[in-house]
Amino acid sequence: MTKTAAFEAGVSAALANEALQHALADVPAGFVAGRARQKAALPEFEGLRRTARDIRDHTLAHLDAYLEEFERNAVSAGSTVHWAATADEAREVVLSICRAAGARTIAKSKSMVSEEIALNAALEAQAMEVVETDLGEYLIQLRGERPSHIIAPAIHLRAGDVADEFRLRHDHLDASRDLATPEVMVAEARSVLREKFLAADVGITGANFLVAETGSAIIVTNEGNADLTMSLPKVHIVLTTIDKLVPTLADAWPLLRLLARSATGQAFTAYTTIVTGPRRPEDDAGPQSCHVILLDNGRSELLQSEFRPILRCIRCGACMNHCPVYCAIGGHAYDSVYPGPIGAVLTPALAGVGEAGHLAQASTFCGRCEEVCPVEIPLVSMLRGWREQAFAASDDWRSRTFLRAWVQLAKRPRAYGLAARIAAAILSALAGAKGILRRLPFGERWTRQRDFPAPQGTTFQDLWKRRERDEGPAP
Amino acid sequence: MTDGYARRPRVGLFVTCLVDLMRPSVGFAAARLLHEAGCEVVVPRAQTCCGQPAYNSGDRESAKTLALATIAAFEGLDYVVAPSGSCAAMLKLHYPRLMSGDDDSERRARGFAERVHELLSFLVDVRGLASVPGNYAGKVTYHDGCSGLRELKVSGQPRQLLAMMPEIELIEMPATQACCGFGGLFSIKFPDISNAMVSAKTASIDQVAPELVLAGDLGCLMNIAGKLSRQGSKIGCRHVAEVLAGETADPPIAHPRAAS
Repeated sequence: MTKTAAFEAGVSAALANEALQHALADVPAGFVAGRARQKAALPEFEGLRRTARDIRDHTLAHLDAYLEEFERNAVSAGSTVHWAATADEAREVVLSICRAAGARTIAKSKSMVSEEIALNAALEAQAMEVVETDLGEYLIQLRGERPSHIIAPAIHLRAGDVADEFRLRHDHLDASRDLATPEVMVAEARSVLREKFLAADVGITGANFLVAETGSAIIVTNEGNADLTMSLPKVHIVLTTIDKLVPTLADAWPLLRLLARSATGQAFTAYTTIVTGPRRPEDDAGPQSCHVILLDNGRSELLQSEFRPILRCIRCGACMNHCPVYCAIGGHAYDSVYPGPIGAVLTPALAGVGEAGHLAQASTFCGRCEEVCPVEIPLVSMLRGWREQAFAASDDWRSRTFLRAWVQLAKRPRAYGLAARIAAAILSALAGAKGILRRLPFGERWTRQRDFPAPQGTTFQDLWKRRERDEGPAP
Repeated sequence: MTDGYARRPRVGLFVTCLVDLMRPSVGFAAARLLHEAGCEVVVPRAQTCCGQPAYNSGDRESAKTLALATIAAFEGLDYVVAPSGSCAAMLKLHYPRLMSGDDDSERRARGFAERVHELLSFLVDVRGLASVPGNYAGKVTYHDGCSGLRELKVSGQPRQLLAMMPEIELIEMPATQACCGFGGLFSIKFPDISNAMVSAKTASIDQVAPELVLAGDLGCLMNIAGKLSRQGSKIGCRHVAEVLAGETADPPIAHPRAAS
């Protein structure tokens, strides 16, 4: 099966999945309306987007210098900095830190980078227990799924699904207990997870931003789970990528102001933590050691390419919340770590255009994603860029032959005019008085679910020529 | 009139391949409106398609070939006007990008792009049209086509023009700015997603139950009309220019032909 055919199969399954469709139907009223309210309440919102874009662009233009500055400052704050060129290297670094710590239980707060390097499977293969502590991430870990959204990993689930899952998995609790409300379920997850936090030997978090001038990581959550993950275990690992950098704390501020507004429609996340190294002698809590893993995984190559603007991304998920394709099929149909418009641009870069180029085809180029992107990534141009690479590399001779034949015709106006006249006449005659074709020769992909409107029968050029002949040139 | 021409400006009508093939009445309606706006309308015979299907399929070379042919076909005209946000955006915004790296062609494409306008925004923003020939009486809703809306900022102009007809009632549907799922070749490359999107669009249309759905792009309209027809809906779809020009002798898109 080709990649495109596999994608189409996933799409069909998603469209037929009623529970998923119900869950997706809530996105517009939730995230989309929330962002709109925040934007309306903040007159400088659009200006802030330009500022944010400029900060990101500046950082990317001088990334080497800022990375070195970050490393210096992180090391002087007591952190150990590890550089990982590939997913393999990053996994190996995590494993060796965990082994050295004698880790049996590892608490994690939500990290897309850990999904990118398939970390959990690697840790579990070493007989270490990994516990996701973000509620959504915990749910999909129980279900053996991958996140279907970068900030709301379990957005495809509804409350009933969660209750069923808890009854099945928390089998040490009374099977007849009340799980009717989200509050009850959250309380249950909280008590189950609290045990894990206390047992964890290592805590792994991502980072929303890294600050060069202080060597800090900034981590935001709405559940406070990252704070427990980084402060209770004796080792804290910040697993992140080289593009998360900002020069100064002041630069992080506009990005943070945009992040929650764009993501969940909050003015600010409930928890925003700046963490700089391990526990200091005067601190009465915190980890004994702090490791920052800086993963490249193809990003430095992206930095040199036409796709550099994708590295501005601050992972808010607004592009997917506003994407009509994402909202129709959900995240799992993309079958990639990062779904939605950002995923369709980033995944071909990470996995190769042969592996994921088809994702860039699945867009109408409606442009709503770039309209809402807080760092003004030109997502449509980037998607088109992947289509250009795919076209150049393609062995899809059917599309290629069709396009090239059509262009040969379209660059010959007389022949084109004749072909259009014939097509208009034939289609119109086939439709007859009904005005529609219920089936279109070679067009069943259109007419399976839609009628094809019949042409009026004669081309405009033909009629215009007749009018000029009958009436003389238009007045 | 808000532009600086003492004589009547000569406007090249970029018919668009869909209007040429599918619905010539939109071309005549556009010509009528341009005439009302004090323009001389010229229809270059050498025009065919703007090249968007190739451009959006990643075939830059083919798109460039067609772009150069289109630019040549409209040489010497004061303006180039298209009854489509999507084609107008291709001509105005994407031709110069397509030529980047080739100084001479890029200069030509930029000069060309300056003269290109989408029909409805041209009538309002450039020509300051104050009245329209049409006088539709009834309930309509307007779908904002994505390229016109987001790339060319066409949104107020069609509504302003519709409001010139005293007996029309424009009711906004929910999510009027949501994509209808057409997307050119997308509609046949990913028919199931496209169908989900157009079904959401027709559901939103049904909520306001208009007599007519209007839009500025024939691609969106064929998609929406084709879905409404399959659903057995009686709601009609027309290009907004037809209603504004009073050119409504032909039945709406995908509706049965009147017995003659």
